[in-house]
Amino acid sequence: MIDRFIIGGHEFNSRFILGSGKFSLEMTKKVLENSGAEMATIAVRRADSGSSDNIINYIPKGITLLPNTSGARTAEEALKIAMLARELGCGNFVKVEVIRDTKYLLPDNYETIKATELLAKQGFIVMPYMYPDLGAARALVNAGASAIMPLGAPIGSNKGLVTKDFISMIIEEIDLPVIVDAGIGRPSQACEAMEMGCAAVMANTAIATAGDPATMASAFKAAIEAGRMAYLSGLGRVLKDRAEASSPLTGFLED
Amino acid sequence: MIKIRETDHMEYMDGMDKTDHQIMSRVLDMTNKYEPLVFTSEDVRKVLFQENIGIDGLKVLLSPAAQPYLEDMALRAKQETAKHFGNTVCMFTPLYIANYCENYCVYCGFNCSNKINRGKLSMSEIESEFKAIAETGLREILLLTGESKTASPVSYIADAVRLAKKYFSTIGIEVYPMNVYEYAAIKEAGADFVSVYQETYDPKRYEEVHLRGHKRVFPYRFNSQERAILGGMRGVSFGSLLGLGDFRKDAFSAGLHAYFIQQKYPWTEISFSLPRLRPFINNAGNNPNDVHETQLLQVMLAYRIFMPFAGITISTRERAGFRDNVVGLCATKISAGVKVGIGGHGDNEQKGDEQFEISDSRSVDEVRKSLIERGLQPVFTDYVRV
Amino acid sequence: MLLNGKEMHIDCEKSLSELLTDCGYQINTIAVLKNGEVVSKKEIYTLNVTDNDTIEVVSFVGGG
Repeated sequence: MIDRFIIGGHEFNSRFILGSGKFSLEMTKKVLENSGAEMATIAVRRADSGSSDNIINYIPKGITLLPNTSGARTAEEALKIAMLARELGCGNFVKVEVIRDTKYLLPDNYETIKATELLAKQGFIVMPYMYPDLGAARALVNAGASAIMPLGAPIGSNKGLVTKDFISMIIEEIDLPVIVDAGIGRPSQACEAMEMGCAAVMANTAIATAGDPATMASAFKAAIEAGRMAYLSGLGRVLKDRAEASSPLTGFLED
Repeated sequence: MIKIRETDHMEYMDGMDKTDHQIMSRVLDMTNKYEPLVFTSEDVRKVLFQENIGIDGLKVLLSPAAQPYLEDMALRAKQETAKHFGNTVCMFTPLYIANYCENYCVYCGFNCSNKINRGKLSMSEIESEFKAIAETGLREILLLTGESKTASPVSYIADAVRLAKKYFSTIGIEVYPMNVYEYAAIKEAGADFVSVYQETYDPKRYEEVHLRGHKRVFPYRFNSQERAILGGMRGVSFGSLLGLGDFRKDAFSAGLHAYFIQQKYPWTEISFSLPRLRPFINNAGNNPNDVHETQLLQVMLAYRIFMPFAGITISTRERAGFRDNVVGLCATKISAGVKVGIGGHGDNEQKGDEQFEISDSRSVDEVRKSLIERGLQPVFTDYVRV
Repeated sequence: MLLNGKEMHIDCEKSLSELLTDCGYQINTIAVLKNGEVVSKKEIYTLNVTDNDTIEVVSFVGGG
């Protein structure tokens, strides 16, 4: 059986989604090439009339643009940003990011659910960034999301899968692709996320802050592929300490 | 001469609520594809190490390959029970308030062609039963009737439930399948839990044993739990009559049914019952498929590992020794002071014949003491009415 | 009127596309909000602006 990665009816050959922030324009191109990513996030900001150089020029053709609604503090703002992004010409994908907390930068699940519903109604392929809460994930499914993007750890923290158990629950119970976003700091953590059954991994800071971002992008590519392969081949059993009952528990059966 | 097997068992009768068939289709489809014989000991060993065994794990644990591993399954089940229920065991009793029945189910003592004493309690007789039961300390009751909407209509059951509210904090019903608004009426009267057992999930076998009456309609019975939830019920119970069909497949179906309902309505309390065929008046030799204690235990343990948060009730169809050992291991609810005839609690006279023979007739106090002796905590009430 | 937060004046009603080009924008790389509402690509060429309007011009940048 072929292993396929499909979001909103579009198929991708790479399970690595790259965040394009924190790079110089030149580096963006190199990193994208090395990462093998077929999807990259971008943000919408005020345009400077002077500069002619646009990030779009540094994103290789064939890569799906995933604009995010960063900056939005409410569902309505997220909708506006998404519509602007669509006018800028990037297709129908949108990553919903609604953050009302400037200290921890945690996504607001409630506004995110509302935004997802508004955007899905407008025909967007919605990929919401959320705080891993199974109830919220269910609500996002009902709101029309095409994927679920739970955070692994606070944005930029590089702490890895702090929310591992909760992401696990979402993978178990939700039928949409689950894509870990935020907090991945090392290729091994990306690999771990894939071993757990995540559909894909998003990373940005880990690569941008590496000594050699272009090579780090290659490392992440290999790690994500390895993790997926491991998941598909069925992880072996882990020997745990097992307590033994002092006398048999099923000795009472009479027939 | 009774006219039987005239109707198509997959066709709804007039007046039956038709609801969504998605879950039923999935359960029937997956059960069709389930082949218990393909699994090996290696499969069993692997599953027992998994944190979440899932549907694939249930297939393995219900298969013959798992039978030699009962002790390992018991160890795992005990851990799950302790994690989710501590050492508590709920106590309750059933009360049959009427045994009139219009169905012809070949395996059952109440079936409409069986010559037994039919009885139906009046409200004052019901109240007298409640008083006697409440005196034993029980706070949870399960009300049962045979399946006859004419003899025991929804309003009769609702009245009984309203009366029960005076004496009990938790009220369940195990009666004929109802429509959504009927469940809503019973909910409003004060019941929170509904049990309906599919008996067998094999439509062909189902058709063979349910010859007449509303029960003959397979999909209406199947969707009862969903209609109950839509009517506002807090919890629902699932189960197959083990031994009626291929018990491994039937146990699998009931497990799937519960799993999908839980997935669709995550706030619902789920529980299982595992009735096994037992002899009844007039028909002591009607049992083609053998389910011994070993197989019964296997199914109970599999359920506990599959859905660790679901309740499992152990009935008085089983002997005291079996019941005493499964509570704390995998069962979380046990009946006591049971009479399966109509009425008959305390000093009250029994008004109608029993549905089946019971094997454990111990009183509430005896069962309570036995639980304490085994280091378990008997719980009489888990709920507060707000 | 306000353009990306900066005050500026226009003498009379002007076409939006003309205003943007005059200010140095390449229309095919931007999107526009006029008084808080998203302007479609087509509307950029059909709408006019007056001195009372607030215009926001956005484009993609690296982020996320």
